[in-house]
Amino acid sequence: MEENKIGSNLENVKGEEFLQIFYKGAEFTKELMAENEKLRFKILQLEEAGKTGSTDPNLQAELQNLESKIQSLKEDKERLLQRHKEVEQENKDFADRYLEVEEENNNLANLYIASHQLHSTLDYKEVLRIILEIVINLVGAETFGIMLLDEKHNEMVTVAAEGIEPQEIANIKIGNGKVGEVAAQGESFFAEDLNREGIDLNNPVACVPLKIKEDVIGLLVIYTLLTQKESFKNIDFELFNLLAGHAATAIYSAKLYSLSERKLSTIQGFLGLLSETPQAQA
Amino acid sequence: MAKHNILIVEDSPTMRQLIIFSLKRIGDCNLVEASDGVDGWKKLSGQEFDLILTDINMPVMDGLKLVSLIRNDEKKQEIPIIIITTEGAEEDKRRGLALGANDYIAKPIQSHTLLNVVKKYIN
Repeated sequence: MEENKIGSNLENVKGEEFLQIFYKGAEFTKELMAENEKLRFKILQLEEAGKTGSTDPNLQAELQNLESKIQSLKEDKERLLQRHKEVEQENKDFADRYLEVEEENNNLANLYIASHQLHSTLDYKEVLRIILEIVINLVGAETFGIMLLDEKHNEMVTVAAEGIEPQEIANIKIGNGKVGEVAAQGESFFAEDLNREGIDLNNPVACVPLKIKEDVIGLLVIYTLLTQKESFKNIDFELFNLLAGHAATAIYSAKLYSLSERKLSTIQGFLGLLSETPQAQA
Repeated sequence: MAKHNILIVEDSPTMRQLIIFSLKRIGDCNLVEASDGVDGWKKLSGQEFDLILTDINMPVMDGLKLVSLIRNDEKKQEIPIIIITTEGAEEDKRRGLALGANDYIAKPIQSHTLLNVVKKYIN
C-alpha cells in the first residue's frame, strides 16, 4: 500500500513538472506570436513607406548626404586620375627633352673640341694630324685618307692617311669614279652599306668634300669604320659638316702660313746677304 | 667634398681635350694629362690619383703595359682603371680586364658614355 502511495506521489510530481513546462512553453509561444505580429506590422509599415517614399526624415537626409559625398569623391577621383595622366605625360616629355638636350650638349662638346683643335695651330702637318685624330676618335673611322687638290694636274692627291699608306691610294682625276664625282660636284657621299670586308679604294663608305665657299680644295675619304661602329649617327654628320668647312680653312691657312714662312725666310736670307756686302767690301 | 684626382693618359691632344671637357661637368675633379704610358707612370709616381683613364694604343709605352705596371705596384694597385680602346672592342676589353682594368670605353667616345662610366668609380 505504501509503495503504491509513493509511486502515486512521484507521478503527481512529474505531472506537475510537465504541466509547468507546458505552461512555460505556451507562454513563450504567445510571446513569439505577439512579437511576430509586431514585426509583421513593422514590415507593412516599411513596405508602405517604401512605396510612398516617405521615411524617417533624418535617415533620408543622411542618405542623400552620403550619396552626394560619394558622387563628389568619384568626381575627385576622376579629376586626380586625369591630373596623374597629365603629370605622367609631362614627366615623359621632360625626360625626352632632357635626353635631347643631353645629346645636343654631347654633340656640341665634340664639335667644340674639333673646331678648337683645328684652329689651334698653323702648322700644316699638325693640322693634318688633328684631322686624322678627329676622324679616328670622334667619328670612329678605321681606314681613311685626306686628299688635296693638285690644280696643275686637276686631280686629288692623298696627303695623309690612317690604316693605309698614303702611297697606296692612287691619285683621283676630278670627275672620275665616286670619289672624283664628289670632288667635281662638291656634294658628300655616304654609302648605305657600312659593314664591309676589306678595303675598296673605288667604293668608300663616305666621301666629304673640303670646301672654302664653293671651291673644293680637298676630300675626306673613309674606306672602313671601326668594328664596333655599325652606322653613322647624327653627330657624325655634324662633324662631317664641320670638317667640310673648318678643316678646309685650317688646311688652307696652314699652307698659306707655310708659304709665307718660306718667303719670309728667303727674304731674311737675302737681306742678310745685302747687309754683309758693304762690310765685305770695306 | 674632397677633390678627385683623375689621370688621363692619351697620346691624342684632341681626345684629351674631349675627355677634359666632358669631365669638367662632374665638378670637384683635378684632371691631370699624360701624353703616353711613360709620362703617365711618371705622374703616378709623384701624385696620388683616384681614377685613371688610359688609351691602349700609345707610343713609347702602351696602355696595357701601364695597366700591368700599376697592378703590380702595391701602393697603386687599388686605383680604378678605365681603358679606352680603338681596335676590336672584345679583344681589347678581354686583354685589358685580364690585366686588371676595371672597365673600358670604346672609341668613338661619347661624352655621356664617358661620364656614366667615370661616375661609377668616383661617386
